[in-house]
Amino acid sequence: MNRMVEDFAVMLGRTPDKPAHCTPEATRMLAAKRTPEAVIERRRCIAGEKDHKPNHFWRNWRWVSIIAVNLLFVLSYRIDIQVVEGALTASRFVGFHMADLNSALQVMLAYKHVVINLVIGTGTVLIFWLLLGGRSFCAWVCPYHLLSEIAEQVHLKLAAKKIVGDHALHRGTRTVLWLVFAGLAIVTGYTVFEVISPVGILSRAFTYGASLALLWVAFLLVIEIVYSRRFWCRYICPIGLTYGVVGAFSPVRVVYDMEKCLHEGKCRKVCLVPHVLGMTRLGYASDVKRAVGADCTRCGMCVEVCPSRALRFEIKGLDKLL
Amino acid sequence: MIDQDRRRLIRSLLFGAAVTNAALAGYLPVVRRSYVRLRPPGALEEHEFLAACIKCGQCVQVCPVKAIKLADAGDGFGLGVPHIEARTQACDFSCDAVQCVLACPTGALSHDLSKKEQVRMGVAVLSNPDGCLARQGRGFSGPARGAAFPGIHRYSEINRWKPIPIADHPYQLDLCDLCVRECPITGAIRIERLDEHRATPVVEKACVGCGMCEMICPAEPPAITIDIRGTWEARS
Repeated sequence: MNRMVEDFAVMLGRTPDKPAHCTPEATRMLAAKRTPEAVIERRRCIAGEKDHKPNHFWRNWRWVSIIAVNLLFVLSYRIDIQVVEGALTASRFVGFHMADLNSALQVMLAYKHVVINLVIGTGTVLIFWLLLGGRSFCAWVCPYHLLSEIAEQVHLKLAAKKIVGDHALHRGTRTVLWLVFAGLAIVTGYTVFEVISPVGILSRAFTYGASLALLWVAFLLVIEIVYSRRFWCRYICPIGLTYGVVGAFSPVRVVYDMEKCLHEGKCRKVCLVPHVLGMTRLGYASDVKRAVGADCTRCGMCVEVCPSRALRFEIKGLDKLL
Repeated sequence: MIDQDRRRLIRSLLFGAAVTNAALAGYLPVVRRSYVRLRPPGALEEHEFLAACIKCGQCVQVCPVKAIKLADAGDGFGLGVPHIEARTQACDFSCDAVQCVLACPTGALSHDLSKKEQVRMGVAVLSNPDGCLARQGRGFSGPARGAAFPGIHRYSEINRWKPIPIADHPYQLDLCDLCVRECPITGAIRIERLDEHRATPVVEKACVGCGMCEMICPAEPPAITIDIRGTWEARS
């Protein structure tokens, strides 16, 4: 339970710390990893994996998923195939109500009245993402995530040439903004956040046609390229936090195996939310096997990049079942 | 390190405030009332409507005459909220059963109503009486809004199920009564004789403010328009 509280605090903005208590196995393994022979062996292993090229298996499937979902919305209207009608904020999937959790929350707080259709829509989506990993919404559905990933590649290329730098914000910013936007919805009685939500803006633009609001999305992407890597998704987006909370209880997750880990930190370099991989630093794992925290978007980039397969996807309970 | 932390904190405060302000800028067009929008049938009172609408556009998708549009960033908190520009394309209840209301997932288009007669979007008023052809004793021939007008309307006598372009349905009238003729609500508007040659449309209590009369009116600017969210009681 303590671990869950710890994971939660890290999601809200706390910097992951060295664990106060480790399991005896983890203590023993850490001691074994710190012996001079083990260090030499680890360096040898790292040197031997020079030509490990990460495949893009998960990324490719993710991009297919994002494009397919958003295309379904567009085609449902444009050529009337009627699979999923509406926008990402709320829709009907073959007739069943679906509502984005954050948009629904904004409406509930602003309107202070909930009709049964919205309860059904929100409940359905809540159960869906509870099962599939919360922030997996971000990595597998959100259209802004895909644009932001491309902007990130541009940012990294420019940063490598020292043309731009990465200016980090405190991760607690997102938590504060989540509270601010919830508070503003209650006080003003308007869905204030929806004005700047790139998810809603993009989703509506795809289906109903371009709008001036797209300039805001373009502006965010420019900030991410020239000033702060993954600015919106990392430090601002309250939608991410909403889904993160849901994901805290999800059986679909990435798990870490300390025994296989060579502690190179490649995973943290590619990760959108590297704080969830805090345990991959030598001496930071409280157990020999750890589930990656709730803020994880289940994008699978760490799984792809890890040369020693210390990180992998797991569905909790499924291995026992099979 | 301390200096770096402080800079990061200041940066966080600045960007956090900037993002919040960007969203709150949406307040401006709303408090200034810089726009008045004709909302789809069943829309709640304006403030509640903006709160309850989840900005998904499902109402847009079900409308058979594509009357409903989503607003752009200029509407502030109204971004992504549906409205109708009656002069361009009015709601003519071609769907029969207020489909947009049924499609609305949040009740922003209130599920309290189920018939077109219960709708109150506003009320039609003779805002430009001098432009009215009937009041001038004139007839009308040809397509109501010209050959290039893209608006569509369901003519029950031609096709009960499919709306057709107004441009494809020319008229030949001795005395113009288009607003009465094409009104989708029974008893909402009637034509009253002023003298031997002239007549005037008279809006009745049953008017729901759909804007069909505003769309079909051949005068430019239209003789009859919708007083958005106005009521018949207040106008008479």
